[in-house]
Amino acid sequence: MIVFDRPKSLIDVPFHYCPGCTHGIVHRLVAEAIDELGIEGKTVGIAPVGCSVMAYDYFNCDMIEAAHGRAPAVATGVKRSDPDNLIVFTYQGDGDLASIGTAETVHAAARNENITVIFINNAIYGMTGGQMAPTSLPGQVTQTSPYGRDVNLCGYPVKICEMLSELEGPEYLERVTVNSVKNVYNAKRAIKKAFQNQIDGKGFSLIEVISSCPTNWGMTPKEALKWIDDKMIPYYPLGVYKDRSAGILGGAQKEAK
Amino acid sequence: MKGNEAIAEAAIQAGCRHYFGYPITPQTEIAAYMAKRMPKIGGTFLQAESEIAAINMVYGVSSAGKRVMTSSSSPGISLKSEGLSYLAGSDLPALVVNAQRGGPGLGGIQPSQSDYFQATRGGGHGDYHMIVLAPSSVQEMADLTIKGFELADQYRMTAMVLADGTIGQMMEPVSFDFEIKEQIAKPWATTGTKMARKHNVVNSLYLNPEQLEKTNFERYERYEVIKQNETLCEEYLCDDADIIIAAFGIAARVSKNAVNEARANGIKAGLIRPITLWPFPEKVFAKHAEHAKQIISVELSMGQMIEDVRLATSCKVPVTLCCRVGGMIPTPDQVYNAIVEANEKGGK
Repeated sequence: MIVFDRPKSLIDVPFHYCPGCTHGIVHRLVAEAIDELGIEGKTVGIAPVGCSVMAYDYFNCDMIEAAHGRAPAVATGVKRSDPDNLIVFTYQGDGDLASIGTAETVHAAARNENITVIFINNAIYGMTGGQMAPTSLPGQVTQTSPYGRDVNLCGYPVKICEMLSELEGPEYLERVTVNSVKNVYNAKRAIKKAFQNQIDGKGFSLIEVISSCPTNWGMTPKEALKWIDDKMIPYYPLGVYKDRSAGILGGAQKEAK
Repeated sequence: MKGNEAIAEAAIQAGCRHYFGYPITPQTEIAAYMAKRMPKIGGTFLQAESEIAAINMVYGVSSAGKRVMTSSSSPGISLKSEGLSYLAGSDLPALVVNAQRGGPGLGGIQPSQSDYFQATRGGGHGDYHMIVLAPSSVQEMADLTIKGFELADQYRMTAMVLADGTIGQMMEPVSFDFEIKEQIAKPWATTGTKMARKHNVVNSLYLNPEQLEKTNFERYERYEVIKQNETLCEEYLCDDADIIIAAFGIAARVSKNAVNEARANGIKAGLIRPITLWPFPEKVFAKHAEHAKQIISVELSMGQMIEDVRLATSCKVPVTLCCRVGGMIPTPDQVYNAIVEANEKGGK
């Protein structure tokens, strides 16, 4: 008999996330992966600054709250404090990972730091009320791009998986989404693999999860899931950008091969 | 041994097995020493992508309950200040070395003491302090590094060794004949629950203002204990002194020569050398303010410690400044002349 139960590594408290936000789904997928791999007792999670700042209230494993953007550096310290016995993951949004913490992200990847990074890309700053993110789409209306993101004024979105795939360092980079049952299953597979890679000592694994923010996008939850299909995925194509062990290399490395 | 190397070796002897840094003059010997030694003793040396990353790596190791350090120089400490505030807010122990150079901005690479305010007031945002230790010899670089690790663990806060380019580069004999105390347990550390306890959370966020206020009050109660128990200073020929020099670090070494010269010339001069800059030896200054005619604060800054001297003495005695800045160091003659002038004027 299959029983739909709460993952053990998720504390039994209500999430503070807005209705229709996909953070809850991704939290659950991370917790399921931790449960299934039997690693809760050795896992340390790093929460970012942003909507998931209080992730430490939800995950049952040991948790650390990092400064804005610094989670990969904090994770580096934690992992290197006891590399054989600890499993370390960061959970970061787009402002945290792709703007203020770009340097920490790029260099943790370049070092192939043996950590797991869960990257929530919803193209907006949620916690502070809907400002333009490094991943906001061209033309996207936000509080700080009220006339739409003008690429002549503030440039183009940062495509993290594509950018990191140029580096020799990282082991595994995949972009997924959670806007349908099928996509949720696929995201679960990728997230679990990102943890398994760390257990196997393979190195830096980053899963970019294209997520929705109905509140700040000004949409119903259903419209927001559709917007992911219509607008986000064409700009941020899903797929594996690098999987060294499987022989999938990115960018220039691919061509060199 | 160079002062910077003495810090590095002392840290290793204190059980520190994790060092994170970013190159900056004049403290590079610490990183170089760690890069050589750490791999040989099962430790971690990592050159971070920035000072910001380095202090956050420190934050990570400290969260996991291990002794850890970073070192830098003035502009780099400014970058680390965000992390210093988070370490304080999360009550994490760490050892940070600042081999000060002249500022502001990129400034220069010659010695300075102009980060006194930054160090003693905490550096980053929010209400907090670090324990600030000011060595004035290579031996003290080693001694205070070990003491810094112990105090950091005991009080769950950052200890900063506030050195300068001179002591860092200076070569003196140094003894490593230490008795290293056993490290205290850290039940709060995020070492994995091992499914045997509730999860530990290392955090500085309190959205509830009553709760945040409470953590601040509790932290400052701890600071009061530190003020009572951990204040250190050297009093040199102060008991009958008319003119007292206040100086720390390299300025104190220069000043001691000037005090000796003054004594040889019949002037009753003395020296108070704070070894902990925070907590500041307020009581010692208050005591000697009763009989001194003048206090001269000798600093490699435009006058920063002088404010603490004035506060500690409740302005009962005139406090004047004798300084060089920008990487310049006062000579014993300059300090001696200041003593003579003060003695002639008579102060209070």
